[in-house]
Amino acid sequence: MSRIAKRFSDLASKNRKALITYIVAGDPSLDMTNTLMHEMVTSGADLLELGVPFSDPMAEGPIIQAAHERALSNSVALTQIFEVVSSFRRKDKDTPVVLMGYANPIERMGYEKFARAASDAGVDAVLTVDLPIEEIAFSSRIFAEFGLESILLVAPTSSEERIHRIVSKAEGFIYSVALTGVTGDKNLDFNQVKSQVMSIRRLSNLPVVVGFGIKDADTAKVISSVSDGVVVGSAIVDCLAKQLLAPSIAIDNVRSLVSAIRDGMDGIAFDLQVD
Amino acid sequence: MNTDVRASAFSSMPDEDGKFGVFGGRFVSETLVSALSDLEEFYKKFSSEEKFMEQLDEDLVNYVGRPTPLYEANRWSDQIGGARIFFKREDLNHTGAHKINNAVGQALLAKHMGKTRVIAETGAGQHGVATATIAARLGLECQIFMGEKDIKRQELNVYRMKLLGAEVVSVRSGSRTLKDAMNEAMRDWITRVNDTFYVIGTVAGPHPYPMLVRDFQSVIGREARIQILDKIGRLPDALVACVGGGSNAIGLFYPFLDDAGVSMFGVEAGGKGLETGQHAAPLNSGVPGILHGNRTYLMQTNDGQIMDTHSVSAGLDYPGVGPEHAWLKDIGRVEYVVSSDEEAMAAFQNVTRIEGIMPALETAHALAYTEKLATDLDSEQHIIVNFSGRGDKDIQTVAQLEGIEV
Ligand SMILES: Cc1ncc(COP(=O)(O)O)c(C=O)c1O
Repeated sequence: MSRIAKRFSDLASKNRKALITYIVAGDPSLDMTNTLMHEMVTSGADLLELGVPFSDPMAEGPIIQAAHERALSNSVALTQIFEVVSSFRRKDKDTPVVLMGYANPIERMGYEKFARAASDAGVDAVLTVDLPIEEIAFSSRIFAEFGLESILLVAPTSSEERIHRIVSKAEGFIYSVALTGVTGDKNLDFNQVKSQVMSIRRLSNLPVVVGFGIKDADTAKVISSVSDGVVVGSAIVDCLAKQLLAPSIAIDNVRSLVSAIRDGMDGIAFDLQVD
Repeated sequence: MNTDVRASAFSSMPDEDGKFGVFGGRFVSETLVSALSDLEEFYKKFSSEEKFMEQLDEDLVNYVGRPTPLYEANRWSDQIGGARIFFKREDLNHTGAHKINNAVGQALLAKHMGKTRVIAETGAGQHGVATATIAARLGLECQIFMGEKDIKRQELNVYRMKLLGAEVVSVRSGSRTLKDAMNEAMRDWITRVNDTFYVIGTVAGPHPYPMLVRDFQSVIGREARIQILDKIGRLPDALVACVGGGSNAIGLFYPFLDDAGVSMFGVEAGGKGLETGQHAAPLNSGVPGILHGNRTYLMQTNDGQIMDTHSVSAGLDYPGVGPEHAWLKDIGRVEYVVSSDEEAMAAFQNVTRIEGIMPALETAHALAYTEKLATDLDSEQHIIVNFSGRGDKDIQTVAQLEGIEV
């Protein structure tokens, strides 16, 4: 069983929803990324998503764009990100790590070289935003050879027919995008999120997590009541952006945000159990 | 017979996945895929409808001012003393460049698809002006995304767009130039995909844009082909055009691609010289990669980050290039060369003086290479150069370089 499958089955057996936290590797420094990965797990994160910085992050809103720029100003590249993951893995053998980014840095390194290094470092899965199902076959085949899962997105604009094709290729979990927009947008519509998750569930047994627009305990609680988990990105990255000169305060703020979200989500899981 | 089949393959691209060989494609986030498939469907439907095409022709004739002349540059040809040179006068179009051919086509599509708002990216401002212009005429809401740096460099065009009723959005991310404006336009489109049509200004972006923009710009080559046959009774020996994203170049080249006797030269911005790294010549010194929804040659670092570019001409200042050009380069059908800032400036001065036609600085890159090419040919040979735009917009840049205040 893959680390991701195991994590979701453990969560299910405890009647808990997955909290997935996102930061950009190297924002504001690689040392901070190292520290934050462990801190977020301690505060309640179940899976970690690491953004791979890219000069042209087309699907990101302003908060995460700025994080990509900060990481790039530190010249952070894939090789160093693999080192960060390796060092995380020495202490934490169970928390899945997903790399999320854009195709070009991977393509430049070479898909096979990337997959080998990522797998050696202890990466579990890759989400490449600009590789939709029509373009994913090549990389997902190579990634699979190295035991890396390919995470796919379902969007509010995906037709029933497309959702069908997406879930047939999906691995690990399905990432359901909550809104037609970029990361950090706010116009989240609960009913739309719910019906999208239900459409996916009808077609797939994989866990369905929801991301984009989930920013606090309240949204996480509500959204996780209709899904297998949530992804929180911009809200965490914003904690870092607001305390660039005081890293220890930034870490404290991330810790309290993640714990608060965890508590919110566990509250709902508890309610459901009582039902 | 065999060669015919092979040759005609040049104009048969892209394939149904939007690929030109390994280039092109649709590398976008899932949210945009359905919008792009819809666009492809609508485009296929409308472009096969006589009524739509008649309306487009009508606009091209009465609004844009087509056909544009094919002008023989006699004094310049004599001065060079080689091949005879013809200018395809896209500078005489409404708004002063070839960009309007495409803007008119896409805006008509937008209208037919029931969209009420158009957005566009712009670098020099020419495509922004063209889009704002047609939006005004069709009564569409219009927002233009432009890098903060370019807004400062191109104040006049920014004001033109505002006069036309468009809102100009200053883009402050990344390098704050054209590529970032394109990212921001994509982000806006992701957010408002229901009521908004994204008018891309060159043959880049995800499928179907490179095909659709090429088709709208191909009117240049179709006209030129008829005009040159009429004037000299045969096809030209060579075609020359500048390449930013590559829309004016493909517009001229495409209808000639299957004519084996016609050589073609795409001229990239050599900036301060390829060896300095300060240029915008991905086909000459880039590596294939993925940006803005397609696979093509890119100026990028070893880590796959997109690099800043440099050119004296804002319209060529782009780190990528249309995927069809990437393919035409690899199969050897078109040769891609460079002109430096300095060579382009010299050609700008010379052609302005000797022909009384002031080229855009983008166009001046094509002219600079044409001069070299013509020198090596004789007076029985003929070159058509795409005179993609007029130079009025660049007067301030030229004056600045000369140290003159205007
Ligand atoms: C006059 C003119 N020529 C050429 C270009 C370059 O674009 P493309 O390569 O798409 O023709 C521009 C772009 O702004 C332009 O304004």
